[in-house]
Amino acid sequence: MQSYPDRHGRYGRFGGRYIAETLMPALVELEHAYRAARRDPKFKAEFERNLRDYVGRPTPLFHAANLTRRLGGAKIYLKREDLCHTGAHKVNNTLGQALLAARMGKRRITAETGAGQHGVATATMAALFGMQCEVFMGTLDIERQALNVFRMKLLGAKVTPVDSGSRGLKDAMNEALRDWIATVRDTYYLIGTAAGPHPYPWIVREFQTVIGRETRRQILAAEGRLPDLLVACVNGGSNAIGLFHPFIKDSGVRMIGVEAGGLGLNGPSHAATITAGSVGVLHGARTFLLQDELGQIRETHSIAAGLDYPGVGPELAWLKDSGRAEYATITDAEALAALRTLSETEGIIPALESAHAVAHAIRIAPELPREQVMIVNLSGRGDKDMQTVAGALGTGLKE
Amino acid sequence: MSGRIERKFRALAERGEAALIPFVFAGDPTLDHTRRIVLELESRGADLIELGVPFSDPMADGPANQRAGARALRAGASVAAVLGLVSDLRKETDIPLVLFGYYNPILQYGPARFAADAERAGADGCLVVDLPPEEAAELRGPIREHGLDLIYLLAPTTSLERARRIARAASGFLYYVSVTGVTGTRAELDSDLEPRVREIRTITRLPIGVGFGISTAQQAGQVASFAAAVVVGSAFSLLIEANPQAPERAVGELAGAMKAAVRASASASVRAVSS
Repeated sequence: MQSYPDRHGRYGRFGGRYIAETLMPALVELEHAYRAARRDPKFKAEFERNLRDYVGRPTPLFHAANLTRRLGGAKIYLKREDLCHTGAHKVNNTLGQALLAARMGKRRITAETGAGQHGVATATMAALFGMQCEVFMGTLDIERQALNVFRMKLLGAKVTPVDSGSRGLKDAMNEALRDWIATVRDTYYLIGTAAGPHPYPWIVREFQTVIGRETRRQILAAEGRLPDLLVACVNGGSNAIGLFHPFIKDSGVRMIGVEAGGLGLNGPSHAATITAGSVGVLHGARTFLLQDELGQIRETHSIAAGLDYPGVGPELAWLKDSGRAEYATITDAEALAALRTLSETEGIIPALESAHAVAHAIRIAPELPREQVMIVNLSGRGDKDMQTVAGALGTGLKE
Repeated sequence: MSGRIERKFRALAERGEAALIPFVFAGDPTLDHTRRIVLELESRGADLIELGVPFSDPMADGPANQRAGARALRAGASVAAVLGLVSDLRKETDIPLVLFGYYNPILQYGPARFAADAERAGADGCLVVDLPPEEAAELRGPIREHGLDLIYLLAPTTSLERARRIARAASGFLYYVSVTGVTGTRAELDSDLEPRVREIRTITRLPIGVGFGISTAQQAGQVASFAAAVVVGSAFSLLIEANPQAPERAVGELAGAMKAAVRASASASVRAVSS
């Protein structure tokens, strides 16, 4: 199988570098810097040391025996990325890119954030490495993720509200790119997911594949064989590509990406980009987008702020094209129910994003034979979502 | 080549004069306003018009053009509608018209269909902000086939070596982005601007237009002393916003003042380009 990205930053017909000229030289510089860094044993050692001592890796692969028993089908394992420092897999990437930024001599890092997890992870790295940090966040997300906004500020980051467009992750990314166009000489733009212009999807994937590499080792130790299924939520998709990539050549391993079905696919209120979108160009890459027939980007909806983006990483789009990965959707209501189920059966409160993956596991596990092994990427913890969940359940936090 | 752009620059060079290129969004605040604005701009001395094709996510635009683009989108300025406007304008004027936008609306319209329909409507070229030469193959072919110019941006961050490669792929003119930043008005021009433009002039015979941040007649005159064209966008977007009922007059007055400043500016540079 062809190895991607190719030298044009493409994954099949997806990816590329559709960006304003001002940023082109910076992207070329970034690509060269990263190529040098990944060949440098010192860089690799520094990344791995921090993953172990600071992030807390390896994260456990937990056999969810109670959930497995309740569903009565496939054996379910959870990859516990929620146990990473800062509460989600996002930190694997921010650590790697912050080390890269430092190596490139950049003293200011910026980021876009939706749920706030990437913003928190970036602010954390800025604190750790003594860098200046500015995070762009849609005002709608600022409202629903107040806890993470507070965390970012406590960590010393400047949180800049973005009030344009649909006031979400897409608009935060527009603003982060505008800032970068003006500050490109001394700023490192730290993209939070495996999307955007080349080389970002590649760099983010490489830092996130630690998830899949650990999982592979852990499942071989636990079961003596590879899993039958991998399940991960997908929007930008860094947790999914991080889990999937080390298994791409293992044709016996099914890979299922779960997209945000929001209020359902028959209306406009969802973020199921691969399932319901069409191919276009946004934020530097050619990929599946939610757009109208005139090429204008549509507003999206998901109860999970971290899944509320109208695009998807180009490599995940290619995995769709090539048929290597399958995609499913889960509604807001199903994700909420799964969050409750996992909390009650295993004592683990997942992030609403991760709850989409859990919900799909709950949907399909009963129909699969007990000999099958399924691994669900529990990409983040649910603490940040308690206000949203309480609201959606019709209670308040105080009840 | 439709040749209008080339002929215009040649005629200006013979007079030792720089071009004034106003940018307005097609459909800001309505397509009919834009038709009247373009005719007014021409009567006030504009030499070429950039018609903005609005996009929902304009990542290289500052607040003034973001709002202007949003107004144009509300007015229904799809690619098809903008081409319809070009077609209407061609009944009344021969001024060169360049379509300026982001790639996705063109991609959805279809690059080949876009080039064919743009030629038929009477457009002369296009500039796609997020389509650097490396990604432009699928549009460049049809654009050339239909005799239109594909205009590229050069930025302060573009190396001379890269500028040379871009210049080889470009036709019509080159658009030098005067600031490391998004579109919008600026109080001061970058002190590096003139040396950079002069440097780029040594590697290409194409005329060089300068834009992003130029908002006053004085700035326009200054830039005209070393560049072949002065592009002004956000300043017009702000005037249209402030005069939504009848924006033509205010827009025309600024264009008139700018063209006077451009004409007054000694432009040995422009003569050099023609030689």
